Amino acid sequence: MNKVKYYLKSFLLWELLLGLKLTGRYFFKTKITVQYPEEKTPQSNRFRGLHALRRYPNGEERCIACKLCEAVCPALAITIDAEPRDDGSRRTTRYDIDLFKCIYCGFCEEACPVDAIVETRVFEYTFETREESIMTKEKLLAHGDVHEKQIAADRAQDAKFR
Amino acid sequence: MIELLLSIWNLVPEALQTLLIIILKIVVITVPIMLSVAYITLAERKVIGYIQVRIGPNRVGPRGLLQPIADGLKLVLKEIIIPTNANRFLFVIAPLLALAPALACWAVIPFADGWVLADIDAGLLYVLALSSMGVYGLIIAGWASNSKYAFLGAIRSAAQMVSYEIAMGFALVGVLMAAGSMNLSAIVESQSGSFIHWFWLPLFPLFLVYFIAGLAETNRAPFDVAEGESEIVAGFHVEYSGMAFALFFLAEYANMILISILTVIMFMGGWLSPFQGIPGLEDLFAFVPGIVWILGKTCFLLLLFLWFRATFPRYRYDQVMRLGWKVFIPITILWILVIGVGVMAEIGPWFD
Amino acid sequence: MSIEPILFYIFSTILVIASAAVVTVRNPVYAALSLVLAFFTCAAIWLMLEAEFLALVLVLVYVGAVMVLFLFVIMMLDINLARSKEGFIKYLPAGGFVALLIFIEMCVVLGPENFGIEVTGEPLKHAADYSNTKELGVTLYTQYVYPFEIAGALLLLAIVAAIALTMRRRPDSKYQDPAKQVAVRRDDRVRIVKMATEKKQ
Repeated sequence: MNKVKYYLKSFLLWELLLGLKLTGRYFFKTKITVQYPEEKTPQSNRFRGLHALRRYPNGEERCIACKLCEAVCPALAITIDAEPRDDGSRRTTRYDIDLFKCIYCGFCEEACPVDAIVETRVFEYTFETREESIMTKEKLLAHGDVHEKQIAADRAQDAKFR
Repeated sequence: MIELLLSIWNLVPEALQTLLIIILKIVVITVPIMLSVAYITLAERKVIGYIQVRIGPNRVGPRGLLQPIADGLKLVLKEIIIPTNANRFLFVIAPLLALAPALACWAVIPFADGWVLADIDAGLLYVLALSSMGVYGLIIAGWASNSKYAFLGAIRSAAQMVSYEIAMGFALVGVLMAAGSMNLSAIVESQSGSFIHWFWLPLFPLFLVYFIAGLAETNRAPFDVAEGESEIVAGFHVEYSGMAFALFFLAEYANMILISILTVIMFMGGWLSPFQGIPGLEDLFAFVPGIVWILGKTCFLLLLFLWFRATFPRYRYDQVMRLGWKVFIPITILWILVIGVGVMAEIGPWFD
Repeated sequence: MSIEPILFYIFSTILVIASAAVVTVRNPVYAALSLVLAFFTCAAIWLMLEAEFLALVLVLVYVGAVMVLFLFVIMMLDINLARSKEGFIKYLPAGGFVALLIFIEMCVVLGPENFGIEVTGEPLKHAADYSNTKELGVTLYTQYVYPFEIAGALLLLAIVAAIALTMRRRPDSKYQDPAKQVAVRRDDRVRIVKMATEKKQ
């Protein structure tokens, strides 16, 4: 009896019809496609996108050239040169992030004692030449200035978990 | 204006006139095929997208309707790269060898009562013979590319096509026994009566075998071992690019339509209305021309092609062979015997 | 002038060139492909002789199946052309003699005395509804039914013999039975065991 049932099932392609039924049902399901440039998926406040260097509210740059980020960077993407500034404070003269090397792990942000280097929510950027792939200190600071409000809000929201 | 054209037409010698009319008919058949091939590629991406809970291409033109044109344009503009050690002549001619039989088969396809380019007696045999020619394009492409992957794909497709041709041929033998003719129009006529007069019912196993063998013959999923991306990159057409690559796809999709329309003609009553013989509904749908029915049924089978591709994983190669030789051929031979008994005993409503 | 003679000469030229190419080209794949072309043009000529069934069967069987398998084998072989050309001069007289003999025999048998138009008569021109396929079927299954059946039985015997001679069962070879694999259910493979939890140390 079982044998007959088995042969009947296999010659009537029963299992295949079950498969077709499943995919057929999915055909009519609501589609989950996000039409990217017009629609965007929600971002986390911990999103790790393009880097930025922050400043204090008085305009002084936060980075003190401790080089912890350079040391922790697993991809060796960060290069820092430092010298005492005219007023005697320790500051970077060079702060380069090679975006081709960077793996956006966020370790630099975690290592930073003064919350200077951060990763922002920006992820839509392109380069047309290889030189552009290096984020220099000026570019990082300028980028931080533009997005400071968002960066500060995200850090404040996440503060209780740190 | 029309009189002027008619007088010019009458000036043309008679032999040239028939030639011109035939060429015109060929164009009338081929151009819609090419267009539908283009739009099946879109339909495929849309249907598979929908089944995978995506929406598929929708950027080029309204709802993505111009996508095939964009794809075609891209392929035309691309360079055809010929590998250094490839056999130039065969490499270039292979895509044509794949496409030509796929299109030549359409000469005997009846689209409606009397709408056929060449109403030849051995139409069924002609289709079978020409579709078996299509394998040369694949083999030659694989060999001429001078690439191991291409060659493996060619060998696979050659073995697969030869195996499934036998099952397919036997399925057609069943059809011609039931219809008593090899002329495709006569086959459709012999199914006249009603929905249950169509051959899908008495020849049900052959119907399944034919359609599945058709899937294998056109190298469609789940039998697409000839291209098997995960094993042999893209099979016989790895080395092809640009328009030569596009020709292989034109051939594949033209073959898909061909297999679908042949299944419709032989098992699903061709241009006959499904409401034939049902009182009330028959008169209600009497105004629908036959070509609408045949194309509608063909579209349904084409949807099945796409649906199968979205549903079933690829067969393993030894199982493809097992299915062809050890399952399909015995089933078809057995069912031919059954049909023979049916024809001898004149079991109605099909064999009387 | 009607179009038929023109078509005939075109096809026969292609046929002659292709047949010559089969034996003269160096590359065996080219030779096989030329043979395919020869079969195909031959089928075209048969079509013009109102033998459409034979023409289509020639394409179906020889072009569609036999030559595919031929090509399949030839492409896989690594044929050493230099070795096969060895001793060409040595065997030339004997080979040439045999070829000449065959040629003369064919001339004698196929010459106009036996197959000329006076002997066979003018070929019949059939009407458009004449079915060559039907004629062949009727002749094969009435007049020649016994030879036809015997030939069929012989071929079947040859297939069975070929398989019986070459097939060997190797007891050590392992293979899967897909039907069994498909038939497996969860209960056949997994046994869920309920166990009391161990006491904490």
